[in-house]
Amino acid sequence: MDKLINDFSFGLFFWQALILVVLLVLLRKFAWKPILDSLNNREKGIKNALESAEEARKEMQNLQADNERILNEARAERDGMLKEARQLKENMIADAKSEAQAEADKIVAQAQATIASEKKAAIAELKNQVAGLSVEIAEKMVRKELADKKKQLDLVDSMLGDVTLN
Amino acid sequence: MHRNLGTEFLHVMQKRTVVKILLIFTLVFNVANLFAKEPEKEEDGGQVNTKSQIDTYIEHHLQDSHDFTLWSDGETGAHVGFPLPVILWDNGLKVFSSSKFHHGETVAKVGDQHYKLDHGKIYKTDAEGTINYDEHHHATNVKPLDFSITKNVVTMLIVGVLMLLMFGGLAKSYKKGALPTGFGRVLEPLVIYVRDEIAIPNIGKDNYRKFMGFLLTVFFFIWILNLLGMTPLGVNVTGNIAITVCLALFTYFITQFSANKEYWKHIFWMPGVPVLMKIVLMPIEILGTLTKPFALLIRLFANITAGHVVIMSLIALIFVADNVYVMTPISLLLTIFISVIELLVAFLQAFIFTMLSALFIGLAVQDHDHH
Repeated sequence: MDKLINDFSFGLFFWQALILVVLLVLLRKFAWKPILDSLNNREKGIKNALESAEEARKEMQNLQADNERILNEARAERDGMLKEARQLKENMIADAKSEAQAEADKIVAQAQATIASEKKAAIAELKNQVAGLSVEIAEKMVRKELADKKKQLDLVDSMLGDVTLN
Repeated sequence: MHRNLGTEFLHVMQKRTVVKILLIFTLVFNVANLFAKEPEKEEDGGQVNTKSQIDTYIEHHLQDSHDFTLWSDGETGAHVGFPLPVILWDNGLKVFSSSKFHHGETVAKVGDQHYKLDHGKIYKTDAEGTINYDEHHHATNVKPLDFSITKNVVTMLIVGVLMLLMFGGLAKSYKKGALPTGFGRVLEPLVIYVRDEIAIPNIGKDNYRKFMGFLLTVFFFIWILNLLGMTPLGVNVTGNIAITVCLALFTYFITQFSANKEYWKHIFWMPGVPVLMKIVLMPIEILGTLTKPFALLIRLFANITAGHVVIMSLIALIFVADNVYVMTPISLLLTIFISVIELLVAFLQAFIFTMLSALFIGLAVQDHDHH
């Protein structure tokens, strides 16, 4: 300790203090301030750039999500439309089918009615013709039979016989 | 999360650069020492070869001196170097060249006064230059106030100019572009290192900026001086008690003057303890403000002085040993080994001094939220 105090040089202390003060003032003005300022600015710039990049990324993500959503919506809409169209088509087909059926039924019924009436008419005509023919045949046969007197008498006899039998 | 990744990446890059720079410094100085230290000692070797002579030599080296001697030849008494101005305050300002002392061999006559150098100090003597000693072998002659531009002052001036050139250049390089060029690329990470690893963690993001000037100046000043001390120039500035006292006083005054109300309250009237304890704690706390810078100055002084003593002693092994051929390689290896450690210490002491200064300042300016 004694030696330390003995070694202490006031002159050196004085110069050191002076040099340090001058150095502090000069360096602060000409070196540290501009250096630290530019470092800060640069770091701020880097930070800002990183932040804006991050923001852009987020925006991009949002945009992508939006796109996805819109796409999904469009897809759903298309599906809905397709479904509706299919429904419509099915309905139309079903309607057409039932209409056609009804028309066909009607036509068939009409046809059947016509056929029945025709048939009736035909049968009636046939009956008339058969009756006419029978009468004609009977006339002819009677004429032939009654050509001879004897036979006429026979017939009257037989008929009279039938009547009595009745 | 991306931004974090980005800053983390920058941080790692900076750390890597700092480590690389340190490695390069270590290598360069190691090689420089290898080639430079030996020849210097060879020249001294003519005479300095006894134990007591080596002790004196080492002691002489550790001291400041009034002339810049690169080496001296013991046999012929020739000194290679240049004299420095001596400035004395002794009934008026006296300025003369240190060459008048002839390295302490003759009495310098300035006006009607006689001065003589003894163990690096200037004493007033009579015309014959007699120096009286007391029983502890201390000179009892009157010492005039010595404001000489000594070897250490010259070294500090050189370092000051060097720092102005280096960092002024770095500052200027930012005007040309966002990134520094050339040597600025080495300095910039160091500045960032001081800011991010020393100032901000200790002082806090809000207050650190005010103290950056002091911290950066002190850090590079000490580091460069420490490194210069390792070159064969033979300067030992930071291993000088006056220098470390001055540096520590700066830290002390800056701490006290920037301290906030909370800090003073904790010193004079510690909150949260009984009144009796407050009274007991007051002198302890006041003493504490003084012991902090005292620890600073002793740590720096002792570390650098010890490093110089060890390196010089190891080199001296060559000259005290009986068998030079065996001792030389051993001494060389040990010296290189210690030199590398001392390079680390040179940085470490600058770092610790700055770090602790920042810590003390931080304690003085921080808000005591936790109370």
